[in-house]
Amino acid sequence: MATTEEIQSGLAEILEEVAGVLPADATPEKSFTEDLDVDSLSMVEIATAVEDKFGVAIPDDELANIRTVGDAISFIEKNQS
Amino acid sequence: MSDIVVTGLGATTPLGGDVASTWAALLEGRSGVVPLDDEWAAQMPVRIVARLAVEPTDHLDRVQARRLDRCQQMALLAAREAWADAGSPDVDPERLAVVVGTGVGGARTMLGQDDVLEERGPGRVSPLTVPMLMPNGPAATVGLELHARAGVHTPVSACASGSEGISLALDLLRAGRADVVVAGGAEACIHPLPMAGFARMRAMSTRNDDPERASRPWDKGRDGFVLGEGAGLLVLERAESAKARGAHIYAILAGAGVTNDSFDMVLPQPEGKLAASAIRLALRDAGIDAAEIGHVNAHATSTPTGDIAEAGAILTALGDGAAVAGTKSMTGHMLGAAGAVESIFTILALRDQIVPGTQNLDDLDDDPRVHALDIVRGASRKTTLRAAVNDAFGFGGHNVALVFTAA
Repeated sequence: MATTEEIQSGLAEILEEVAGVLPADATPEKSFTEDLDVDSLSMVEIATAVEDKFGVAIPDDELANIRTVGDAISFIEKNQS
Repeated sequence: MSDIVVTGLGATTPLGGDVASTWAALLEGRSGVVPLDDEWAAQMPVRIVARLAVEPTDHLDRVQARRLDRCQQMALLAAREAWADAGSPDVDPERLAVVVGTGVGGARTMLGQDDVLEERGPGRVSPLTVPMLMPNGPAATVGLELHARAGVHTPVSACASGSEGISLALDLLRAGRADVVVAGGAEACIHPLPMAGFARMRAMSTRNDDPERASRPWDKGRDGFVLGEGAGLLVLERAESAKARGAHIYAILAGAGVTNDSFDMVLPQPEGKLAASAIRLALRDAGIDAAEIGHVNAHATSTPTGDIAEAGAILTALGDGAAVAGTKSMTGHMLGAAGAVESIFTILALRDQIVPGTQNLDDLDDDPRVHALDIVRGASRKTTLRAAVNDAFGFGGHNVALVFTAA
């Protein structure tokens, strides 16, 4: 089980790789689309990378509810096996 | 009718990462053909290619590059170079059009994602698959970069695509549907499947032990083309607007001729009848006589049948007076980019009054039509040129001839 810090840094790595977001900018309150300029195709790529990295499944309807970095961290925390 | 002029050039090729380095290498007779030493190539009958001299990803933002197929990356770099070269024209985006032809578009993405599909299932296929594989991807990439809103087009006519792109640009400008057009072609399909397919057709050279000597148009020992990759783009506009903004004019795109053999899917009509018609139509369109054409940048892919048919076409349409060059002897065959990059060579030949030498032509084919032509062999030839033709032909029977005249 990854800790919250591990999830946050792992997510930041994915955001940097896929969308060029600087790790320092990937803080919990940030909105993917409005603050970090992540488009919908990149969100799908990020979700796939999160699934691979943390062993969680993110159904499409859940993905639609993940709006901020914090939302993603809590989703991973709740669903990781 | 206004003259349509060339005011910007951009390219990335097996000879160089831009127009200047490519042209310098071409005039020196250098080859861009290299051994294909990728692991997958070990069991291929063909193990030589003409890869880009400079990796596009070395010159693109990493995040932007990962969203683009290789052919789109090349088109973007060529467009940036051409646009800057043209002095970044201050044109209303709704009067700016883009035409980028391609033979196969994002084939590497399609095939790579098919591997992902087979190995990991549909849930792991990239959401960027479609925008990266679609043939209009290179044109759309350039359109987005330049905010072109007068129309973004993609002719697909195999190895004539780049030249067809330039002929379409001529039509758009003459019809008044755009004030500036960025036009050419892009191709990146060095991948096992296209290579295996071409090899199974016996269309490619298997001179694996001597890569630089493999592409040898009109030579008796020629045994097929060498697969290349690249992109070439021109900035085209009406002469009045170019002059009004003080732009440098490289040359005039004086005319275009487009025909189709409708003879066989892949074989050329043996006498090159319709290829000759394309050249004649281009001359008529340009309003100049055959005798004025001092140079032909030939399609000359180094295949046994194609080179002969083209020799017949040139002889029929132009006679024996033009200095002919087969530059694929150095660049390999860039397929849908070939006509565009070779149009750039034709334009620079007019600018510098020089015809590049055809390499590897040691033993001229016995066909009398080949013997009748003035093929420039070995070293480049300084000469006096006022007008020149670029030929491009493609599977499907496509013939495109473009006439350029000195500025």
